[in-house]
Formats: sequence, structure tokens, C-alpha cells
Amino acid sequence: MSEALLRVRGLTKHFAVRQGATGAKASVRAVDGLDFDVHAGETLGLVGESGCGKTTTGRMLVRLLEPTAGSIEFQGRDITTLGRRAMRPLRQDLQIIFQDPYSSLNPRHTVGKIVAMPLEVNGIKPAGGVKQRVQELLELVGLNPEHYNRFPHEFSGGQRQRIGIARALALRPKLIVADEPVSALDVSIQAQVVNLLRDLQRELDLAFVFIAHDLAIVRHFSRRVAVMYLGKVVEIGDRADIYERPRHPYTRALLSAVPDVAAFGEQRQRIRLTGDVPTPLNPPSGCRFRTRCWKAQDVCATEEPPLVAREGSAQQVACHFPEAVGVVNEHVSEVAA
Amino acid sequence: MTHDAASPPYLQVDDLRVRFSTADGEVRAVDGVSFGLQRGRTLGIVGESGSGKSVTSLAVMGLHDPARTRITGAIKLGGRDLVGLSDGEMRKLRGRDVAMIFQDPLSALHPFYTVGRQLVEGYRTHHAGASKAQARQRALDMLDRVGIPQPDRRFSQYPHEFSGGMRQRVMIAMSLMNDPALLIADEPTTALDVTVQAQILDLLADLQREFHSAIILITHDLGVVSQVADEVLVMYGGRAVEHGTVAQVMRGPQHPYTWGLLASIPSLHGDPEVDLKPIKGNPPSLINVPSGCAFHPRCAYAMKPEPCAAQVPQLLAVQADGHRVACHLPEPQRISTYTDEIAHVGVAQ
Repeated sequence: MSEALLRVRGLTKHFAVRQGATGAKASVRAVDGLDFDVHAGETLGLVGESGCGKTTTGRMLVRLLEPTAGSIEFQGRDITTLGRRAMRPLRQDLQIIFQDPYSSLNPRHTVGKIVAMPLEVNGIKPAGGVKQRVQELLELVGLNPEHYNRFPHEFSGGQRQRIGIARALALRPKLIVADEPVSALDVSIQAQVVNLLRDLQRELDLAFVFIAHDLAIVRHFSRRVAVMYLGKVVEIGDRADIYERPRHPYTRALLSAVPDVAAFGEQRQRIRLTGDVPTPLNPPSGCRFRTRCWKAQDVCATEEPPLVAREGSAQQVACHFPEAVGVVNEHVSEVAA
Repeated sequence: MTHDAASPPYLQVDDLRVRFSTADGEVRAVDGVSFGLQRGRTLGIVGESGSGKSVTSLAVMGLHDPARTRITGAIKLGGRDLVGLSDGEMRKLRGRDVAMIFQDPLSALHPFYTVGRQLVEGYRTHHAGASKAQARQRALDMLDRVGIPQPDRRFSQYPHEFSGGMRQRVMIAMSLMNDPALLIADEPTTALDVTVQAQILDLLADLQREFHSAIILITHDLGVVSQVADEVLVMYGGRAVEHGTVAQVMRGPQHPYTWGLLASIPSLHGDPEVDLKPIKGNPPSLINVPSGCAFHPRCAYAMKPEPCAAQVPQLLAVQADGHRVACHLPEPQRISTYTDEIAHVGVAQ
């Protein structure tokens, strides 16, 4: 395998908070030691429920948040502690698309100005002029280049998301972190934007870190998938392994909870988790999923399971009692905890 | 669930039209929608933003501001027409005969009052003779019934002390306090995580069996509808475009917009390398709805200009029993188009 474009080791983010009437110091362990690689031109999907740390992870990757510990290597260079100025040339290669197409565009700037901003900030003067480059970008994302002078409020939600994508593409990046890029959009528009991102990936050989809570969209878009729970990766592997042969109980429960139209009328064995995700202020000892897990034993409370692969498979799972390799998800037999 | 086709529907909506006056012109948010719903049945209303699904349900609840809304048609609840009822009469029905569960329980619950106090108030409003102790007991029973642990302790807590899923359970407990015959749930699980969504959908199904209420479930998620609804009403541009049982609409959809919705969503089972088939364009403005069929500018099969751009198609029964579709395409063509071109795309495979 070629050298990774992005190499993340032990990535950690703890937020300091004060709690209660005494103002006692505590820390929210939002992300707690992540290891993963992303190769050129591929997509790694990050899935998980709210509070699992997927958005915090995305923001650390593009250095919008400072990691508490761990390292981020981009093209072989450690960028974890680079200052603003040293980061600037790297920003050309490393871009982000945000979830909310309303708050992520300046309402007082024209679309032309918004899309040209990355060029301006980095002092790049494209051949043929800024305007021509911006119009090419608008065309690339399926917007009318003549709408260069319009303001964000004149566009629909789906079109605004395209503007955000055009801005991210302005510097011809190698890696884009897409944080819930379609979850604010209507169903019919989601498909348009997902198809656009796929076309752009093929055309421009882009790598993506695709963050979403929608398991079906992540499956559609990502060749490899990492499942997160309370700041940890619990399982990572190829799409087919994660979706058809999941080994972590949480991955199996998550998949079984998705209401899928294609499964209409089938009697599926369902796993129903009880309770809510515990608070990252005080995560459970040992395996963080053990409080909701139907397989949990004493060892799960005392020893944290490492994320490991087994028997020559690239699929890694952090569980003391994982499913055997190769068990297909349809044959689920356990009942809810 | 028993389904007695002969019994009259508990809710009967006929030619409902809801219009708002705005500075930009009249918004035709709902434009002639009719459907019936029996007790013990769940109707899923599906559509994208601006399709009129929430406006329809707010009309049934009588929650539109009469000063700026024009409502015509009939909304019959247990035989009684709600359109034109006074505020006072509507208030007597609301909460008792028809109750609502909102998408965002944090903004639907009062932050200053304990959960218990809010539950008790709802009960005593409709049970003038009930003592505080009786109302409290009812509230504790309901909290317990919706799966909130330690109802005694939770009773005197404030909404912010509950998690999202637990808060939505409180909303459901509140809506059930007076044993309503009709429950309207507007995107009840959209704000929740998928594992919690599954818990809440199971709970709603259990409660329906127990209380035999009619449920209207408003959602943009066809997956949720396919899992919990008995019937589906697909709305577009303020009108109903398809109505039938879940099996009819999921297995043999006949409206091109329904096809578009189904082909737009990726499945956990399809081939992920096959591109999704989105509906081109954007949903229409309700101030300036396209002529004829509101979907014709986005429809790949429209016959233009006649009749699709000229005449509004009526929601008419097709051959399958009870299945209704508003489309100018001839039925044999709709069936063959679906089978030949659509059924293998997206989730429909």
C-alpha cells in the first residue's frame, strides 16, 4: 500500500469545563486516542451518534481545533503544531465543507467573492484571472457561472452547499473534510450533492474524510468506514466488512436500528439498545460501550479493549467479545439487552 | 391491529385548503387535500420542506393564527367539523381528542416548570373534577408507561435535566395524558440518534396497540414510514400526489415524484457503486406554484404542455384497492415505467 496522505495517531481532544456550584474543573473527553490513515483519492467515512467526537475530529484534521495530544501527519509532514503562517500553504491541500449551508457563507459577500476568497488569502493569481477561475469553479459544481454577482440568500439550500463546495475546491485540494455535507438538505437535493461529490472525486482524485450520522449515505460514499462511540473508534474496515460482516456489537446495533426502505416487509432480527449514550465527562471504565452492551462481562469494565485486526483481515475491532470473522449480519440471533 | 374497512374514519379531511397572506403574495400552503384515518391506524405523511405536511397537521390541531390564515374545506373529527370552531371550543378538544408530539421537545416543553407540573396541568385542564393527587398519579403512570426510569424522581425535574430521547418520551407521556383518539407526531424522531429513534418508534407502535389511537406521522424519511405506518400520503407543492397502503406505495409506487424520492435515497443493501438518481431542480415556491401538475417542471415523464403543464391532475383511484394517484400519465404506462426503469434504482431494487 502506498504511503498515506493523512496519518493520524493517538489523536485526542479534551475540553476543560467547570461543573456545578463549586466550579470544579473537569474535562470532556470528546476524542480519546484515534489512529487512522487516509490514502490519496479514497474516502474514509466517520459514522457515529451525537457526541461521539466525529465533528471534533474533522475540525482537528484541518487544524480548526488544537489537539490535546496525538499527531496528524499530512503527506509525511507532522502538522500537529504548525503555526498559522506555516499552516497557510498546507491549507491549499486541506479543505473543509461544513454542514450548514446558511451560516457558513457570509451573507454580505457575493458568491464570486466567497469563492475567490481562498485564492485571495493565499495570494494566488490564476492564469486567466480570478473571475474566470471562479466561473470555472461555479460551472464545475453545477451552478450558473453568470450568477457570480448574486448573494447567498438568492440561492436554495442545495445551491448554497454547492457554493461551499466550489470554495473548498478553489485551491485544488488533495483532501476535503466533509462534515455532514448533506444532512441539512431535502432528500431529493441530498442525492444531487452526493452525486456531485462523487463526480468531483473521480475527476480530481480527491480524498475525503466524510463525516455523517446517516449510515446509508456513508456506505454509498465511503470505501472505508470508521465507527465511533464516545470519542473512540470501535471498528474500522472496508465498507463491505463494516456493513455486511460487522464484528463490534455497537456497529451491529447501529445497523439494525436504521429504518431501511429496501428492508420493507422483511422480518429482520432487530437489536434494540436501551438507554442513552453516557456523558463524555465521565465515560464508563474499560470499554465505553459496555453500559449498553448485551455481551458485556466483568472484563469489559476493567480492561479497555484495544483496536486490533485479526487473522489477516484489515478490519479492526475494539471488543473483548467480537463476532467471529466473516459472520454475515443477517444471521443476528441475540435479542435486545 | 385490526382494520375494519367498514367502520367510518375517525378523522376525515375533505378538500382542505390553507392559505397565508404575506407581503410577497398569497401562499397556498395546502391546496385541496383529502384523506380519512381510522382509529388504530397510522398514516405517514411524507414530503420535502414546503410540501404542506406540517401545515396540514397544524390545521387539524387548530394552531394556525386566524388573523392571517384562510382555511376552507372540512376537518371532521369523530363527525364534528373543526374548521371555523372558536378558540374556546378548539381548546376543549386540543389535548383531549387530538394531541401533538413536536420535533423539538426542548422548545415544546416549558423550561421554567417541572415536567410533573406540566403533565398535571394538561390533565386537570380536561378533568375539572380531578384532584391534584389523582392527576399526579396519572402523570407518574404515564412516565412509567413511556419507559422513563424512576418516575417519582423524574416528576420533579426540569426539561433540561433530561436527555434528548428522554425528553421526547416526556412529550409522548404528555400527549397521552388525556387518552386522545388522534395523535399527530411531527418529525418525532428527526432530532434523535438512530438507536434512540428506534426506541421511540417501537414505543409509539406499542402505545398505539394499547390505546387504539389514530396516529398521523409526519416525516421526510421514507424508511421510518415503511417501518411504522399502515398508510402513506405523499405530498408535493401543497397537494397530495399519492395515497395508499404502505405496501402499495413502497412496492408499486405510481407517481413520478414518489419514484424520485425512492431513487434519491441510498440503501444499506444496494450496490454502492451505482450513482443515486436524484430529482432534478428544486421544490416549488408556494407563492408561485407551477401551472397544472406542480411537479411537471421536474418530471422526466411529463407530457408538455398538455395536459401536465395545463391541468391539475386529480387524485384518482387506480386499479389496486384504495390506492390513489394524481398523475396524467395513463396507468398502464405508469406501471410499466416503474417496472422497467425505476424498480432497480436506489432502494427500490
